[in-house]
Amino acid sequence: MLPLIARRVLATIPVMGVVALTVFALLHLTPGDPAIIIAGDYATTQDIARIRASLGLDRPLLAQAGIWLAKLLRGDLGASIYSGLPVTTLIGQRVGPTVALTALAMLISVAVAVPLGVLAAWRQGSWVDRIVMIVSVSGFSMPVFWLGFLLVWVFAIQAGVLPVQGYQPLEAGPWQFLRHLVLPAVTLSLVYMALIARMTRASVLGVLREDYIRTAFAKGLAPHRVLLGHALKAASLPVVTIIGVGFALLIGGAVVTESVFAIPGLGRLTVDAIVRRDYPVVQGVVLVVSGVYVLLNLVIDVVYVVLDPRIRY
Amino acid sequence: MTPITRRALLAGSAAAATTLAAGPYVHAQKTGGLLRVVPHADLKVLDPIWTTGYITRNHGYMIFDTLFAMDANLKVQPQMVEKWTASANKMKWTFVLRDGLKFHDGQPVTAEDCVASIKRWGARDALGRLLMGSIGKMAAVDKKTFAIDLEQPFGLVLEALGKPSSNVPFIMPARLAATDPNEQVKEMVGSGPYKFAAGEWQPGNKVVYLANPDYVPRKDKPSGAAGAKRPLVDRVEWRYIPDAATASAALEAGEVDFWENIPLDFAPKLEKNPNVVIFVSDTRGSQGWLRPNHLQPPFNNKKARQALLYMMDQKAYLDTVIGNAKYYKICPAVFMCGGTPFESAVGAPKQDLEKARQLLKESGYDGRPVVVLDPTDSPYAHAPALVTAELLKKIGATVDVAAMDWSSVLARRANKGPVGQGGWNIFHTWSTSLDVITPAVHAAVGGAGEKAWFGWPTNEAAEKLRADFVKEPDPAKQKRIAEQIQQITYDDVPYVSWGQFVVPNAFRKNVRGVLQFGATLFWNISV
Repeated sequence: MLPLIARRVLATIPVMGVVALTVFALLHLTPGDPAIIIAGDYATTQDIARIRASLGLDRPLLAQAGIWLAKLLRGDLGASIYSGLPVTTLIGQRVGPTVALTALAMLISVAVAVPLGVLAAWRQGSWVDRIVMIVSVSGFSMPVFWLGFLLVWVFAIQAGVLPVQGYQPLEAGPWQFLRHLVLPAVTLSLVYMALIARMTRASVLGVLREDYIRTAFAKGLAPHRVLLGHALKAASLPVVTIIGVGFALLIGGAVVTESVFAIPGLGRLTVDAIVRRDYPVVQGVVLVVSGVYVLLNLVIDVVYVVLDPRIRY
Repeated sequence: MTPITRRALLAGSAAAATTLAAGPYVHAQKTGGLLRVVPHADLKVLDPIWTTGYITRNHGYMIFDTLFAMDANLKVQPQMVEKWTASANKMKWTFVLRDGLKFHDGQPVTAEDCVASIKRWGARDALGRLLMGSIGKMAAVDKKTFAIDLEQPFGLVLEALGKPSSNVPFIMPARLAATDPNEQVKEMVGSGPYKFAAGEWQPGNKVVYLANPDYVPRKDKPSGAAGAKRPLVDRVEWRYIPDAATASAALEAGEVDFWENIPLDFAPKLEKNPNVVIFVSDTRGSQGWLRPNHLQPPFNNKKARQALLYMMDQKAYLDTVIGNAKYYKICPAVFMCGGTPFESAVGAPKQDLEKARQLLKESGYDGRPVVVLDPTDSPYAHAPALVTAELLKKIGATVDVAAMDWSSVLARRANKGPVGQGGWNIFHTWSTSLDVITPAVHAAVGGAGEKAWFGWPTNEAAEKLRADFVKEPDPAKQKRIAEQIQQITYDDVPYVSWGQFVVPNAFRKNVRGVLQFGATLFWNISV
């Protein structure tokens, strides 16, 4: 196991290098100039040139890339062109809400979708199966922003039991923390619930047709022991894959949810930075998120090995 | 309080005596508590001299103070200044600061701080540059007094020092004002009614201000940015909510108290809520601009620009962009309507599509597509772009609507090159009244060619008149000059106004004391 982890961590280095260079190149090829945005409406060409120089944006692109990469190697992601705050500080301010939101959304998704998927497979063709599938298709089809506003209207405006927007950290108390997160997490989780439920159903259905399951039933094992002890474990590999991929997608999907519920997370930080061409912030966030993606893939690979010892890399 | 008129200026310190004699303003509002505000934009830049962004200007008003300030009636009033004198020819000025002025780091405000702050502002602001160009010497006389000796006449000394909108000549400690004007100051230390809570600032989320207990307000009634600035609430939090529907729901649910610049589609719903007040802080509002590129064909030809003028139908634009007639006004005045000092209808034509078609033909327009920049993420620039495109088609032009985000528009409009090399022909924007109401601040009427504002019109007569305007101290003569500039504007067409509109604020009924002004101010407000 350890050699696998070591190999994969080492493989991360060139991946991150390619990501860093690609992000840098793409960002600087995008039209837009932060110096113009900062200088404001009534700035002269000379003002803009002076600000561009003070930000180092007047240097050749390769020189800018070299400076950024050199800083990166020292662990310095740079500072926001606008606020002047270090990118690490900005990410530190935003990572908590995004982690809390995605973790809770994934928890809800798995807790609801896996049992529903198993149930649907077990009762294939019954009304339970059909209802689960109808709900899944609806979950896929519902736009996140629409669902978010619907939940706000019902639970925050009409019932008045939950807040419309905002985020409270865990330090503000678990009740406040959960009250502010429940609506965005449910909103974000619905599409993944649908995805995981369908994948679980299909996977369990496949396993239930295997000979060893028939043997287990023939031995006289109780249905729930066959289902949970044998079928679910064997069916879990594709489900784990989809959970891993879903986690990565959640980080991207959080952008809309964070905007609808005014949660100050990484998604909004990224969008704001892109809109204003705040290069160091975009570069920093993309690097960190890429690192998380790579890490998630590593975790999934390790879980594969744990779940199925036959797997070798 | 007596406003500063030109006559009062001559009296100098006598005017100050009158001000003092007006008596203290007795305030009966309650104090303490938290004011939760949804600002119109996210505060990302803190230095109000480094950027002209309105959100940074409003932030500046929270923590910095000004020597002079404009009141709600557009009169300049003393603010940090106790008294001032002007020589008979108005070439020598002396300013004495009020007692008790203190920066947030505990240091007293000195004349040196004022001189350093004016110099830094004067290096960035357009009106400031004009003032600095006229100054021979500016220096501190003693701890509380500084003097300005003009080298050449400048009729707007107090108007410049009391400039209400970006860049506002805020006073900061000399050590911070020594920062290169092209770099941001590293600390937010002012002497204004609120202190900036740097540790709580989260760009994209929250800005926190704490009442400054050491602030010594003036004794006179608050009016606009002038008068007593009382920090009545203990804490003001700006909570940035990017989605308008969420901000609206948060206001209705009582999760926030004040929503600045509400999108007008939300006004009808909020008007029906008995707990919410819709309030127009800036009754003069903003002026919409259609700006052609004077360097490239077809609008490098005066007749093609005049075609834009005769094509203009402000009602069509305002109905499309604003919708509700309660919030807009058709206005022929270049320097805006509604009690502005230089309001005039002189030279304004009426829409005449046939004439516009004829003028475009006479301009030699060859049928090449006219590139209209269309920022789809900015409603007050996107909707007018679509109306312009339709009207251009009606007068015989081929149109290419270039859809992009606002940041891309800002970058592209700086390109002076031909359309084929990333240039442009027309873009739309808008400007608030404080940045339009005089020839000294109206960026679109200048004619300085490649040094002019984006679009780069060349008009020597307009430039000379603007220079005369800033030198002229007599209001009647200023008015005449403004009318001449308006006539030139309607002849040479450096830009076309697509109308005047207001954007209201909305707040909960418990919010009291909101001031009427062209910038949103948060002193004097209680909850």
